[in-house]
Amino acid sequence: MNKKIANTVTNPHNNFSERIKTLLFDNKVMIVFAFLCFGAFMVSGMQLEAVVGEVFTRIARNGFTVLSLLIPVFAGMGLNFGIVIGAIAAQISVFAVVYWRFTGLGGMMLAVLLATPMALLFGYLVGKLFNKMKGAEMIAGLIMGYFADGLYQLLFLVLIGGVIPATDPRYIIDGGMGVKNAIDLTGSLKYSIDRVRIIDLALGLLILVAVITVVKLILHLQKRRRIKTKDLIIFAIAVIFYALTYVPAIEKHLFADRINLVVALPLFLLFVIARNVLAIYKNSKKPEPNFNRSRNIFFIALSIVAYILSYVPSLESLVMSIDLPVLPYVLITGLCAFNNGLLNTRLGQNMRTVGQSQTVAAASGINVDRTRVIAMMLSTVLACWGQLIYLQNIGTFSTYGAHLQIGQFAVAALLVGGASVSKATNKQALIGVTLFHLLFIIAPQAGNQLFGDAQVGEYFRVFVSYGVIALSLAMHAWQRKKPLEEISAD
Amino acid sequence: METEYLLSMNDISKEYFGNQVLKNVNLQVKAGEIHALMGENGAGKSTLMNVLFGMPVIHNTGGFEGQVQLDGKDIAIADPHDAMNYGIGMVHQEFMLIPDFTVTENIKVGRETGRPSLVPVLDKVFGKDLDHMLWDEMAADSRRSLDSIGMMNIEEYAKVAGMPIGYQQFVEIAREIDKTGIKLLVFDEPTAVLTESEADRLLEIMRLISSRGIAIIFITHRLDEVMQVADSMTILRDGEFVARKEVAETNLVEIAQLMIGRQVDKLVDDSEHDPRKLSDDKIALELVNYYVNMPGEKVINMNVKIREGEIFGFGGLAGQGKIGIHNGIQGLFETRGDVLIHGEKLDLSKRGEALRKDIAFVSEDRRGVGLLLGESIERNIIFSAMQVKNEFLKHGLLDRKASLKHTREMIELLDIRTTGPQQTAGSLSGGNQQKVCLARALTLKPNILIVAEPTRGIDIGAKKLVLEYLTKLNREQGTTIIVISSELVELRSICDRIAIVAKGAIAAILDPEAPDADYGLAMSGLKREDVGA
Amino acid sequence: MTGLKNFVEKAGLPRLIIGSFFVVLIIVALALGLNPQFLFSDIIRRWMMYSILVLAMVPGVQCGIGLNFGISLGVVSGLLGAVIAMEVSFVNGWFYHFGAGAAWLTLLLALAISIVVSALVGAAYGMLLNRVKGSEMTVSTYVGFSSIALMNIVWIMLRFKNGQLKWPIGSGLRNTASLQESFGGLLSDPAVYQAPRSITVYEGISDIGSVSVQQPKSLGFLAIDVNNSGFVIPLGLILVFALCCLIVWLFFRSKAGIALSAAGENELFTLSNGINVDRMRIFGTSISTVLGAIGIIMYAQTYGFLQLYNAPLMMGFTAVASVLLGGATVTRAKIYNVIIGTLLFQGILTVALPVANELVNVSALPEVTRMIISNGIILYALSKTRGGNQR
Repeated sequence: MNKKIANTVTNPHNNFSERIKTLLFDNKVMIVFAFLCFGAFMVSGMQLEAVVGEVFTRIARNGFTVLSLLIPVFAGMGLNFGIVIGAIAAQISVFAVVYWRFTGLGGMMLAVLLATPMALLFGYLVGKLFNKMKGAEMIAGLIMGYFADGLYQLLFLVLIGGVIPATDPRYIIDGGMGVKNAIDLTGSLKYSIDRVRIIDLALGLLILVAVITVVKLILHLQKRRRIKTKDLIIFAIAVIFYALTYVPAIEKHLFADRINLVVALPLFLLFVIARNVLAIYKNSKKPEPNFNRSRNIFFIALSIVAYILSYVPSLESLVMSIDLPVLPYVLITGLCAFNNGLLNTRLGQNMRTVGQSQTVAAASGINVDRTRVIAMMLSTVLACWGQLIYLQNIGTFSTYGAHLQIGQFAVAALLVGGASVSKATNKQALIGVTLFHLLFIIAPQAGNQLFGDAQVGEYFRVFVSYGVIALSLAMHAWQRKKPLEEISAD
Repeated sequence: METEYLLSMNDISKEYFGNQVLKNVNLQVKAGEIHALMGENGAGKSTLMNVLFGMPVIHNTGGFEGQVQLDGKDIAIADPHDAMNYGIGMVHQEFMLIPDFTVTENIKVGRETGRPSLVPVLDKVFGKDLDHMLWDEMAADSRRSLDSIGMMNIEEYAKVAGMPIGYQQFVEIAREIDKTGIKLLVFDEPTAVLTESEADRLLEIMRLISSRGIAIIFITHRLDEVMQVADSMTILRDGEFVARKEVAETNLVEIAQLMIGRQVDKLVDDSEHDPRKLSDDKIALELVNYYVNMPGEKVINMNVKIREGEIFGFGGLAGQGKIGIHNGIQGLFETRGDVLIHGEKLDLSKRGEALRKDIAFVSEDRRGVGLLLGESIERNIIFSAMQVKNEFLKHGLLDRKASLKHTREMIELLDIRTTGPQQTAGSLSGGNQQKVCLARALTLKPNILIVAEPTRGIDIGAKKLVLEYLTKLNREQGTTIIVISSELVELRSICDRIAIVAKGAIAAILDPEAPDADYGLAMSGLKREDVGA
Repeated sequence: MTGLKNFVEKAGLPRLIIGSFFVVLIIVALALGLNPQFLFSDIIRRWMMYSILVLAMVPGVQCGIGLNFGISLGVVSGLLGAVIAMEVSFVNGWFYHFGAGAAWLTLLLALAISIVVSALVGAAYGMLLNRVKGSEMTVSTYVGFSSIALMNIVWIMLRFKNGQLKWPIGSGLRNTASLQESFGGLLSDPAVYQAPRSITVYEGISDIGSVSVQQPKSLGFLAIDVNNSGFVIPLGLILVFALCCLIVWLFFRSKAGIALSAAGENELFTLSNGINVDRMRIFGTSISTVLGAIGIIMYAQTYGFLQLYNAPLMMGFTAVASVLLGGATVTRAKIYNVIIGTLLFQGILTVALPVANELVNVSALPEVTRMIISNGIILYALSKTRGGNQR
């Protein structure tokens, strides 16, 4: 008999206090962390503006990478400690691009072009390895990461300069063998993504839509696929959109590469409200038993309150002081949409099925191994791109350390947001990045105030990052364990 | 008059590494008929179904002989997917459901309806992977399938987790029905996990399905259900075809007889004088309101008295509870009620208490529970006595000399074929492994010996030896022996009395000489009186 | 021919490859003209100094918790014991009062504290592992990491007075603490018995500044320099390791040890014999942690330095890789696996450094080689034993 199917009836709509309790319990890690941040902030004596500004910068820098961790969780492969390998692909290509003196957005695009096939290959290999170790993917990923690090160091420390000819003294250690410890990306790739202007984005969007429409047109002429009026309308909208950007009043705003929070915040809140309203509307047409209308109403109310609050003078000046780099946030939004979109495809559904039960998936004709490998390839490529975004923002490429930390901190951040080994959402990733880096920023100062030593704060945040992973792994394994039907000891 | 059969399996034979599990078996099912497939455990029912479904375990071990015909045409089924394409579906005993998915998702798993993605070229490159999922359509389909089996009150949007077992089974059924072109549905022991009312509901659904022209193969051992709902039946015994009967033309007693009836070779020479004096006043082991919560083999309110010096047998079909009895006494699962050893209550909450009271066990799972496969024969044999009675120890450390001596004695006594006491237990043959388990139990010098499936997987010659040895032990040492076995033959050959366990309790305690039909009925949970025979 | 085949199978391919590599390296080293006395001395020294840490893997594997990546818990317990012992000895002026014997007292105190702490910590850790059966390795890795990170906070906050331990300016303990003025080299360095050492005296005890201490020559057999050639046999260290091996061996021949081994091999079998498997696991984990603590102290005294902060981060991986290299699996480990594995692993690293220095001028090569080999071995071992195996 299949023991996995519990016989207890779960009814979340019981009563208010029950619901509050479950809400608190399910998000305990996040709540504890939030309290920790709050406490640390009070103690540290830091300025709110500086902190908040720095947090937004870090979200832009790390958000993409953390979001890349979601796909392996869907597919049942747990926390992908192997994203280190994706980061390594990024770093190899960044080094090559910088060494060959390419700069700016062009250089970055070259880096993407070089890194992506590498990441796909690495992801494929890792996926194959994971298929050999079903049930132990996390520890395998962890060790794989260290192993890959060893190979990476071999490449950068010995082969480059030693076997592969390279002599540029800016990048190679004196003596001729090995790459320097830290490479400055200023002037080459630094801010290459951050500095992309809105107007460039608009152009890029137009080109994309145009290309797609042209392809559809070709297919139509070849009688392989009918072009619909919908497609033409989309194209028309894109053109009009772009034409609008020539209007002087709008144009001068668009030359910036930043959006002020004052503009971005209402946009975001509007988006949240729209989503929830749409959900309520769809549900009224076709009621579903799992639907929880009060949750949507809660978010709408929260958004309205947040908007009103943003007019409070002290908060208003705070909001106005923050400028968000456009492209990174657009990319983050894009990845969120991608994660959701993927789940709505057959591939995504197969991943979910495989993640829930490999036996059922196999019995239903799904190629379990192939699905898992694809999941790893996707995740590794996304992690690779995430590392590119990270490097271009941070500006210095710490050759031998950058990729290792990424693995640790990204996983910890995801867990802080309330995700677990078996369940993770976009929202949890974003909340996690915010809270985790909030603590990161505050801890050293707090440590200084409390113990007279900033080092304590630094060590504390490292402890927290390891600890949160240990805790989450233990909790996950704890819940999964069914008590053996046996009598307790003498 | 040629009756047109939907499915015809003719002269099916299958052997696994020299072991013949199916011999010229025939199975014929008409369209829209409910056909029962019956037999004891090991009769060959699962193997026959594995052949039908093209399971890898059949193809990877040399295939099978015989012909399978669908609608009169010969077909070859290469794998379960093939079977599905031919319109053959299965409702498994272990549900293939995903608890966190909705009913719709489960019904459509692996066959989701999709439409090619909006981005044009992607479907050329990625095939159907990036198809957009059409949940509304799938929900409607699921609704239809659920309604067609009368399940109007199961919501297609609800999650499966938390549904009563009966409902989950209905979702399984709906999933099979939803597959287009389903012609034949196999139900593998479906009522085993259901309550009475759920079982009745299920039988109704089976009638509904068959009335739509879909044939049903109903694997079960519950004779009463067969009489209630089946049109015809096939009975297998020991891998051989026994009979095909129309339900209208037979009765319970006859079926029971056909399932069990075979020659009982008395494996033990009974002509010798039996020196024992068995008395109802001297009770070695008594179970009072005994419950064991062993998943799949629950014991429910069992009461029995076993006399000192007796050889007592527990028989019955798999899953009915006989295996739970001794696992409970060993302390491996939660128990309730009382176990009395020579009149004293056994404290089941203390681990290993039974061992300390001179009861030894030989488990049915010799590889999983009975042996340390990676250790030597010596280590295995002396383990229990060392841990429970502190034997073979000198100053707290292993006494090699004593343990080697004893091991050699055991090897000789039980004729264990081995290269020496140091050979790893895992490298022995099944029969010899069983002897090692027995040796370990005997090293404890028990007063009561409980042996489960003593000759499973052992060849005929060794079987005889083991059973003879047990009888000798009983006659010469007076050891009370309790044998738990699914092979009625061996029970009837050495036991003084045999209890048949059905639905977790004792259905009947029979004499070895009792008629076959009594055994058959008892295994099905019925008594002759109930059947009016 | 079958005899050869059997040998290959029994020895295992990775072991043979690495073994051959090791032999080749030694030949190359000698050919390059490296001093054989120093070379073999180093090999033996590094072999023995890691050995107890690797031995710690055995009780863990045998009791069923798999490869104990969380040995870091034992390591930090050992470091804590050592650090406290050094501080106590300094503040109470043991060298001032007891002369040479103070070094031994400090060592014994360090061991005593470490054993007590690590036994308790190990028991708690074992209880945690009992709740996460099936995921022991991942959980133990991160618990190990967390403990090191936590201890970092402790180290930086400890306000000790021993000049060897603390930063000269500022507060907290330093990254590397020299054991020169404590128990460094007692079991492995001949110099300790040949020449006196100058030990700083705490001003709270006396304002003499320092005392000169010399270990008695009669104890010189503990670290022999054969014919003053530079070839050193660290007899003391070897004896301690041998003693630990003996104790472990005897334990696994006792009733409890046999029960513990069975618990790790077949849980149901063991339960059916009336043995409390969970308790056995806690016991095994505890012993493993204690050996880890003893191991780090032996390591430190040989190395001559206590390495705090993040240095022990990867020790778990090194120990795991060594025992796997020696032929152990995720479920079974024997003492000879420890001996062979540590020899191969440390041997290669020891010889690789000078060879690399002669051939190519890359000092980081051994470290890189270590990472590749050790993690590669672990991956290989996991892929062999995993493959569908999930408790």
